[in-house]
Amino acid sequence: MSSVPSDLRYAKSHEWLKLESDGTALIGITDYAQNSLGDITFVQLPKVGTLLKAGDSFGVVESVKAASDVYAPIAGTVVAVNETLAQTPELVNRDPYAAGWMLRLKPANAADAAALLDAAAYQQVAS
Amino acid sequence: MSELQRTPLRDFHAAHGGRLVDFAGWEMPVQYRSILEEHKTVRRAAGLFDVSHMGEVDVRGPGALAYLQRLVTNDVAKLFPGRVLYSPMCYPSGGTVDDLLVYMRGPADYFLCINAGNIAKDLAWMREQSAGFDVTLTDRSADYALVAVQGPKAATIVQGLTPVPLGGVKYYHFVEGPVCGVPCLISRTGYTGEDGFELYHPVAAARQIADALLAAGVPHGLELAGLGARDSLRLEAGYPLYGHELSAEISPLTAGLAWTVKLDKGADFVGRAALLEEKQRGAASAVVFFKTGDRRIVRAETPIMDSAGAPVGRVLSGTLSPLLNEAIGSALVATAALASPLAVDIRGTKLNLHLVKPPFVELKRATS
Repeated sequence: MSSVPSDLRYAKSHEWLKLESDGTALIGITDYAQNSLGDITFVQLPKVGTLLKAGDSFGVVESVKAASDVYAPIAGTVVAVNETLAQTPELVNRDPYAAGWMLRLKPANAADAAALLDAAAYQQVAS
Repeated sequence: MSELQRTPLRDFHAAHGGRLVDFAGWEMPVQYRSILEEHKTVRRAAGLFDVSHMGEVDVRGPGALAYLQRLVTNDVAKLFPGRVLYSPMCYPSGGTVDDLLVYMRGPADYFLCINAGNIAKDLAWMREQSAGFDVTLTDRSADYALVAVQGPKAATIVQGLTPVPLGGVKYYHFVEGPVCGVPCLISRTGYTGEDGFELYHPVAAARQIADALLAAGVPHGLELAGLGARDSLRLEAGYPLYGHELSAEISPLTAGLAWTVKLDKGADFVGRAALLEEKQRGAASAVVFFKTGDRRIVRAETPIMDSAGAPVGRVLSGTLSPLLNEAIGSALVATAALASPLAVDIRGTKLNLHLVKPPFVELKRATS
């Protein structure tokens, strides 16, 4: 039912990660995650420069129903956050894999992404 | 989910993409498309809600008026056939058993609508209080389906399905008549702060009524709306929800509902002595409504602090107002602390509460 793009990597905790050509990684939450949360009303993101270990909570996604932590799929340094989510958090519902991105990370080790789930494996988690 | 009760519209909800959840033991749609969008649609056009889980009770007999005057805090003697009254029902302590609607159909013939989660408790309480009154109580909850059509387009939509002239049915009045050929109790009431109708009808006709209202409503912008939007709409309107702003521990006076407590109605109702004392002495705490200027939702049970950081109360209900785009809520706060600044801590961020006299938004409902 939910969309799982084949060019992304995934964490069991429902974040996606996209390695970009400049060596950074974009991170957000999956279509399955946004659909489970329902209307997203607030997204709390870390400061640029924050050092994250794999599995660290990097913020909170809040919906009408509940507030949930979101986790770094791999270790790295935050180089940018999606500032537009402060005013329009519903972008995460509308476009979770593009306009609703949350973090841009400089990976501590880009090879870490290979250990994440591929689309086929995540499809099993999100069904 | 097997033990959950289902309304006659359960399959209707599933067929229209309703997200079904456990609500007070009932399998109910919390949303269809989006709670925030359904909320805005009700304020802008209209929403159709299934509230068939609510309970209904017939109160009949020569002693019906005297009994109801004893049972509830508001003045039932003011009713005439076709009039609806909102009232709390209290314990001797002044705490609230439930809040309900009283419909007067005729002399010695009343009909109550009670909260779904309280049906068994209310019936036991009402039967206990009926001793000595010439009155018959009949639980009709399984016989009635109930849908609410709410919003500025509600009257136009319902009028298209009934020969009954709805212009003559004012706010908190009702008539009995056909809606798409089905006998209904057509009540100009609701829980959203908008104009609208609640239609009580036989369970067997529920699907027919819902299908007809949806088909007639869609051209006017009507959408199906779930219990999520129902809750945010009622909070934005400043209406109490039993178990939050009213409870066995929260009296109607504490809840700010003094207009529903008729101490001088000439009948000694259950809770009168305690409520009179509370009025004279002043309540120790009060239900207040607030907004924060921030989007973080301040959820029920969040502690409230005074400027020194001391606990002075707790949040009762909280949501994001889809119209104001900020967190709104209600709280029970020590009366002594109300004059000073109040704040909450949300995940490490201190947010100040700005007290508001509800409704939070301008309402356009039909007046009585």
